[in-house]
Amino acid sequence: MSKGKVFVVTSGKGGVGKTTTSASVAAGLALAGKKTVVIDFDVGLRNLDLILGCERKVVFDFIQALKKECKLNQAIIHVKQISDNLYMIPASQTRDKDHLSHEGVKEIISQLVEDFDYVICDSPAGIEKGAKMAMYFADEAIVVTNPEISSVRDSDRILGFLDSSTRLAEEEGKRIPQHLLITRYSPDRVESGEMLSIQDIDDILSIPLVGVIPESRVVLDSSNQGKPVVLNSQDPAGQAYEDVIKRLLGDDVPMRFTEIEKKSFLGRLFGGR
Amino acid sequence: MSGIFTFWRANKKTSASIAKDRLQVLVAHERSANQQPDWMPKMQREILEVIRKYVPIASDDLKMEVRNEGENVSVIEINVDYPIGK
Ligand SMILES: Nc1ncnc2c1ncn2[C@@H]1O[C@H](COP(=O)(O)OP(=O)(O)OP(=O)(O)O)[C@@H](O)[C@H]1O
Ligand SMILES: [Mg+2]
Repeated sequence: MSKGKVFVVTSGKGGVGKTTTSASVAAGLALAGKKTVVIDFDVGLRNLDLILGCERKVVFDFIQALKKECKLNQAIIHVKQISDNLYMIPASQTRDKDHLSHEGVKEIISQLVEDFDYVICDSPAGIEKGAKMAMYFADEAIVVTNPEISSVRDSDRILGFLDSSTRLAEEEGKRIPQHLLITRYSPDRVESGEMLSIQDIDDILSIPLVGVIPESRVVLDSSNQGKPVVLNSQDPAGQAYEDVIKRLLGDDVPMRFTEIEKKSFLGRLFGGR
Repeated sequence: MSGIFTFWRANKKTSASIAKDRLQVLVAHERSANQQPDWMPKMQREILEVIRKYVPIASDDLKMEVRNEGENVSVIEINVDYPIGK
């Protein structure tokens, strides 16, 4: 078996949708038949377990596995209510990020890539140790950005770190492939000039776009239920995440939900959108 | 009426375009700052202090940059905007 691919989901700024994205991308890859494990790197602020609906199965955590207080297998939770292919490793709730050692993280990730097709690292916010560790061993990065001035600025800073402070950059002198994921996008607010457009963000960050997730009320509902929004195939945000999975797997699917849905009589008559 | 309306709309800068302009300036600045030598920020502060003994300038009126000019030669470029009558 060839080695699995490691993705980091990162952003710099907090609360932009990293955990929502990590959960949906991991669940989507698993449902597409890929054996996937998603790691919560937000040490001290465990959350991914809730979004995946497996908080009651947590016994051991990432830090315990790292410090060899348990076996790695014991810290891995099988999220089979979502998919037989989906696994997760919860963050520690009681300890802090100082326990994240370079050697420890390296050892765990190198074991995981032997067993899994995909390893998804849900980064904490900020540019400190937790975020640096989450990105260090990644093969590719998904940079989550909201169409908002401070989020775009922080993403640009994260891109700088991705270029310089990863294993790929330091050991192989390579640039880690970066994918831009715009979330909480509202085409109507873009049209009225209140919100940065996809084009605006692209002009500034200029990295390839892997998807645009619209603002959706269903995201909150999904969290409440512990079912990642990608499972909701009726909702535009769920569908947009499905498209992201396809693109990550190499399919070239067009962007959706990036224009205002025009339901006018004339619009329908001419079949345009 | 509608002519005036579209005229007004076309000339009014939307808040998104203001955000974009601000971002472009800021990001360009931060990117170049990241590639500058470690001693640059301190030197920049000190030079700013010296200039301010003589003329009141804002901190972004002073622009400094290190550029590589071929092998073994770097140039420190210092630009000070000093509006007349300030
Ligand atoms: N497409 C969306 N539409 C509406 N709400 C969203 C969307 N994506 C995320 N949210 C909401 O934004 C909030 C933050 O999301 P999330 O926890 O995924 O962010 P995060 O980047 O992981 O935050 P942190 O930096 O704290 O780890 C949540 O309340 C979530 O429900
Ligand atoms: Mg999070």
